[in-house]
Amino acid sequence: MIVIIDYNVGNLKSVVGAFKRIGLEAVVSRDEKVIKEAKGIVLPGVGTFPTAMKNLEKYHLVDILTERKEAGIPILGICLGMQILFEKGYEVKETKGLGFIPGSVRYMDIDEKIPHMGWNQLHITNHQPILKYVHENDDAYFVHSYMAHCKDENLVAYTDYGTTKVTALVQNKNVIGCQFHPEKSGMVGHKILLAFKEMVEC
Amino acid sequence: MLTKRIIPCLDIKDGKVVKGVNFVGLKDVGDPIELAKKYDVQCADEVVFLDITASYEDRGIMKDIIERGASELTIPLAVGGGIRTLDDFRMILASGADKVSVNSAAIVNPQLIKEAADEFGVQCVVIAIDAKKREDQSGWDVYVKGGRENTGLDLIEWVKKCESLGAGEVLLTSMDADGTKAGYDIEMLNAVCKAVDIPVIASGGCGSIQDIIDVFEKTNVDAALVASLFHFNEATVEDVRNECKKHGINVRRTR
Repeated sequence: MIVIIDYNVGNLKSVVGAFKRIGLEAVVSRDEKVIKEAKGIVLPGVGTFPTAMKNLEKYHLVDILTERKEAGIPILGICLGMQILFEKGYEVKETKGLGFIPGSVRYMDIDEKIPHMGWNQLHITNHQPILKYVHENDDAYFVHSYMAHCKDENLVAYTDYGTTKVTALVQNKNVIGCQFHPEKSGMVGHKILLAFKEMVEC
Repeated sequence: MLTKRIIPCLDIKDGKVVKGVNFVGLKDVGDPIELAKKYDVQCADEVVFLDITASYEDRGIMKDIIERGASELTIPLAVGGGIRTLDDFRMILASGADKVSVNSAAIVNPQLIKEAADEFGVQCVVIAIDAKKREDQSGWDVYVKGGRENTGLDLIEWVKKCESLGAGEVLLTSMDADGTKAGYDIEMLNAVCKAVDIPVIASGGCGSIQDIIDVFEKTNVDAALVASLFHFNEATVEDVRNECKKHGINVRRTR
């Protein structure tokens, strides 16, 4: 069983549906006991960085998430849930993130249409198990206006938007973050969630 | 590189898909989820559900359809039709849609765009616009009520205003082209693409795969909305993608 963290940041129906399709039992909860028992944690999220952090604090989730991260439980952040894995965000105002992955999240101040919305190709820089079923140039669905800046060692895949390399998938040990939405990325997203399922079950 | 999107649009009335749909090979005739899933398998980039009844009583049915769509589809879902208030946005997004498309209500109350963008994020606010060329050919007017009422608003001014208020995307239907199957309205689409920096979805006039190639080659639109071409099984999404690839148009490669 995995837990999809419920902290009031957008609807979770697609995420729940995606895990159902790969046959991984997923419970939507913010209950500490449930989180402690879960073999994997998914941090979804649509909204703004400060609101997401405020809600995590309001529901006393920061400590338990940190403890589970230290315990080596696989954690998957999706979109905003990926962004708050970093140390700092600059959306609306400077806000401290969970700090599970070194780096920060900033506005995409580039000469392209923002939000970066639609299907774009993954370029793999670091062959991690999370991408074991995914190929170079496979398309994933992105929708965001802010992007993560991280160390090369944590970058697993990026995508090109105009002349900008946009951080697409990051990993720091057991913590993984997807800027794109695997639950909306057709078979490619399905394969990424399958790989996450294997990490959870091993 | 960001790909061009191909988006099937389903008109839904009383919980069923309507308006010229040829249901070949579908188990549950008229079920929007069944049809949307077929397009999902064919690699559509998104699906639009347009609620054409949009009466208060039908809200429950629509909510149920959106919830099923959100959990069963593996691609983004946009929902439009009859959106009046921030509560309508909330209900549709809470049911699992990724985007909400709003038309007349934004004209009556432009602040709705800003309020929705502030509360839910610009990425989920799609402004649907129906426009028609003025008789003196000087530009285009914005229409509401299914094209029956001219608002007197200039298309380019309105689209710029929508962008400044926080719209994340424009779904632009040319009333001159709609229903003609003679191709998208290249001139109007170019004018709008030049005026704003947000993504533009072309709608109205698609009668063949070549029309989709044309709109991607001759304009800077990000997506093409397609209805009858797919519904009548004249082409599959896959056919369109393959033809796009032959023309060097960057489309999604993988399922």
